[in-house]
Amino acid sequence: MNLTVALFGIAREIVGKSSLDLTVPAGQSAAGLLADLRTQYPALASLRSLAVAVNNEYAAEEVALHERDEIALIPPVSGG
Amino acid sequence: MHHIDLTDQPIDVAAALHAVESDEAGAVNAFIGTVRNRSDGRRVVRLHYEAYPPMALHQLRRVAEMAQEKWPMLRQVAVTHRYGTLEIGDVAVVVAVSTPHRGDSFAACQYIIDTLKEVVPIWKKEEYEDGTVWVAAHP
Repeated sequence: MNLTVALFGIAREIVGKSSLDLTVPAGQSAAGLLADLRTQYPALASLRSLAVAVNNEYAAEEVALHERDEIALIPPVSGG
Repeated sequence: MHHIDLTDQPIDVAAALHAVESDEAGAVNAFIGTVRNRSDGRRVVRLHYEAYPPMALHQLRRVAEMAQEKWPMLRQVAVTHRYGTLEIGDVAVVVAVSTPHRGDSFAACQYIIDTLKEVVPIWKKEEYEDGTVWVAAHP
C-alpha cells in the first residue's frame, strides 16, 4: 500500500523534504514504519524521541496504518 | 467555552484576556511566553517556530478539555500559539483561564502550558549568531 508521511522540524531537515511517499506492506505498523525510516535515515535514530501521528492523534507502536490515514512523523516537540 | 488558535501574526494578549471574561469568574489568570535572548549561555538572535496545524489545534483542544475535566469550575480557556519567525521579546504563546476563585486559575493555567509543551506538535529552532539548533531534539 502507499502512504504519505508528513515531516516537520528536525525530521523534515534530516529527510530533506516535507513529505515522503512510501510503498509499504499492507498492515504496516507504526513501529514498522519508524524502523524502516530509521534504517533509511540513520540521523532519525539519534533523536530524543520520534512518534507517529495518525489522523491528528499519537499512534501506539502496534497500530496498523492505512492508505487513507493522515500520517506524520513527530520529532521531540518544543512549543511554548 | 474554549478559544484555541494558531497564528503567524503577532498575538493580541488583550484579546485573549477578553475572551475568558465571565460574570461567574472572580479570577483571570494568564501565562505569556516570550522570546528570550539567551539559551544555555548562548546569545539567541531570534526563534523560528514550526507547527503541524491540524494536529496542533486538535491537541490544544484536547489539553483544554483535559483541564476542564480536572478543574470543572473552569469558566473559559483561551490558548493562542504563534508560529513563524519571532524576534526577541515577541509573544510566542498566551494561555488564559477564568475561574470563580484564584487558586484554581493558577493551577489550571500552569497545567495547560506544561501539557502544551509536552504534547502539542510545535517545534522551535533557536538561531544564534553562529548557527541554529532545534530545541530539545537530541538527548
